Amino acid sequence: MIVFPILLPLTAGILTLLTWKWPRLQQWLTLVGTAAQTGLALWLLRKVQAEGIQHVTIGNWPAPFGISVVVDLFSALMVTIAAVVALVVALYSQAAVDERRIRHGYYPLFFFLLMGVNGAFVTGDLFNLYVWFEVMLMASFVLIALGGERPQVEGAIKYFILNLLASTLFLSAVGLIYNLTGTLNLADLAVQMADVQAGGQVTLIAVLFLVAFGIKSAIFPLFFWLPASYHTPPVAITALFSGLLTKVGVYALFRVFTLLFVHDVGYTHTLLLVIAGLTMVTGVFGAAAQTDFRRLLSFHIISQIGYLLMGLGLYSPAAIAAGIYFMIHVILAKTALFLVAGLVHRVEGSFDLKKLGGLYAHKFWLAFLFLLPALSLAGLPPLSGFFAKLVLVIAAFDARQYAIAAVGLGVSLMTLYSMTKVWNEVFWKERKAAPARAPFRPVSAWMWAPTAVLVLLSLLAGLGAAPLLDLAAQAAGQMTEPSIYIHAVLGGMP
Amino acid sequence: MTLLLSITAGVLFAAGIYMVLRRSLVKILIGLLLLGYAVNLLLFNSAPLVAARPPLVAAGSSLPPQVYADPVPQALILTAIVISFGLTAFAVVLIRQVYLVTGEDDLNEMRSTDLPRQEYELPSEEEELEEPL
Repeated sequence: MIVFPILLPLTAGILTLLTWKWPRLQQWLTLVGTAAQTGLALWLLRKVQAEGIQHVTIGNWPAPFGISVVVDLFSALMVTIAAVVALVVALYSQAAVDERRIRHGYYPLFFFLLMGVNGAFVTGDLFNLYVWFEVMLMASFVLIALGGERPQVEGAIKYFILNLLASTLFLSAVGLIYNLTGTLNLADLAVQMADVQAGGQVTLIAVLFLVAFGIKSAIFPLFFWLPASYHTPPVAITALFSGLLTKVGVYALFRVFTLLFVHDVGYTHTLLLVIAGLTMVTGVFGAAAQTDFRRLLSFHIISQIGYLLMGLGLYSPAAIAAGIYFMIHVILAKTALFLVAGLVHRVEGSFDLKKLGGLYAHKFWLAFLFLLPALSLAGLPPLSGFFAKLVLVIAAFDARQYAIAAVGLGVSLMTLYSMTKVWNEVFWKERKAAPARAPFRPVSAWMWAPTAVLVLLSLLAGLGAAPLLDLAAQAAGQMTEPSIYIHAVLGGMP
Repeated sequence: MTLLLSITAGVLFAAGIYMVLRRSLVKILIGLLLLGYAVNLLLFNSAPLVAARPPLVAAGSSLPPQVYADPVPQALILTAIVISFGLTAFAVVLIRQVYLVTGEDDLNEMRSTDLPRQEYELPSEEEELEEPL
């Protein structure tokens, strides 16, 4: 039953392929599929919370030989949040994705992307992680290039080349680690790594993984493909990518740097902390120079990745928990912001901050929808971003890493500046009174209702921070104690 | 044999990286292909290379022999080859599309999405475009 995060999108993807000629039917299939996915993901989350780590080996071969599917609390949380994002984007796509893209296979690709993402979350095998990454990337390559306009193909080619390079590095790291240990099962690897004598080689492999996953999750200095490509496809696709793709890279980093490479924490995790700081700073400064709504938000994705890495780099149960809570917060807030950018574009026909203006006076609800996730991203109480940053900074103080705490707070202020800039340009300043100014265009309920739901969820993640933080702490407890994971996989569970 | 394969993989890595750093898209594709071959050789080399030692358990024993030809790297390579075949096919189509749309093969001429201020307006999402996919 726990392989459904892979099977359900696969089935739905095949069904949408079969109904290729009937877009209306595809749309309803998508809604049913993503809703079922969300329901089952919540069920899985409850099950994992109640019964501990779930584990299945394909073909019933015992663990190190068969291929494992493992769902721990972190995986289950990620599957759930991915399902929620997919459901919201599926609803939004009803009105936001044009007929032509649907006719060229938008919905099947949507599901295959989701399958790759979920596969990466639940796999317990390093090589399978590579395969799921490829499934996800393949779908995303086509999605980003779908439409074939000039900026799109230019962005797609950079995205394609750099991610392919990352996959190559990932695969070489897999080969080297197999050479060192003779296994690819993550739990078995964790056992074997403890006995490996060659510390230098382990660190080399760790850094190879860091670079490979780093390119995919857009950390400093490997992020250049992201602002070059993310703003080019339709905003529904960008929102899906920003919510899921880079986060899969971060998930993989969390997984390997809590399970496998914990023998030389002084080197690897300090490196992670330094990169985290630089990622935050470059991302937010990059955003300051932007005047395109979506490019500005793309740079903020990078800066937020830095906070996630900060949680990992501090490497204490509290810090990992903070990282996981931050992940939930940032996926909700960031996706919501992209969806709002899409709404603004639908109303005014532009993403250019210079051309927009006056939406607060004319479209109050739109301004409201922007303001909540924007302030949450900047970290104002009582929104989710505030609690996420609070627990992170407390964890940094506990670990006596004052520098990174200071960087985190400073970047938070810069984020606020950046969000204020958007607020001033898009919503507050006077609307340009050009003579031939087109009137506001109507927005379909398919677009604003899902956005409102996502904003509401983001708000709830802040107001209900205590239970979510508890959940994150439990997940972090499982992750910082690899023996639990190892026991669940190798210790003869059914 | 192991040494020869290692050196070959190293040469392929070097050649691949050199080609990836070129500006022409087709040369970058060739570079990525070379890197893929290099990684496949590296995977092949990741288990001891021995001849005539099948990974079979002898009668009366419960463990395979000490040194045996490990089938796992070969399975990995097979998967990697299939994946890189698919990706290459997609890459060729994408490069053709880039060339049709931009008329360029030079990455330096494809900076419009990197500039902070865009001189052009991205086409709006609802517009029908004549150019088929």
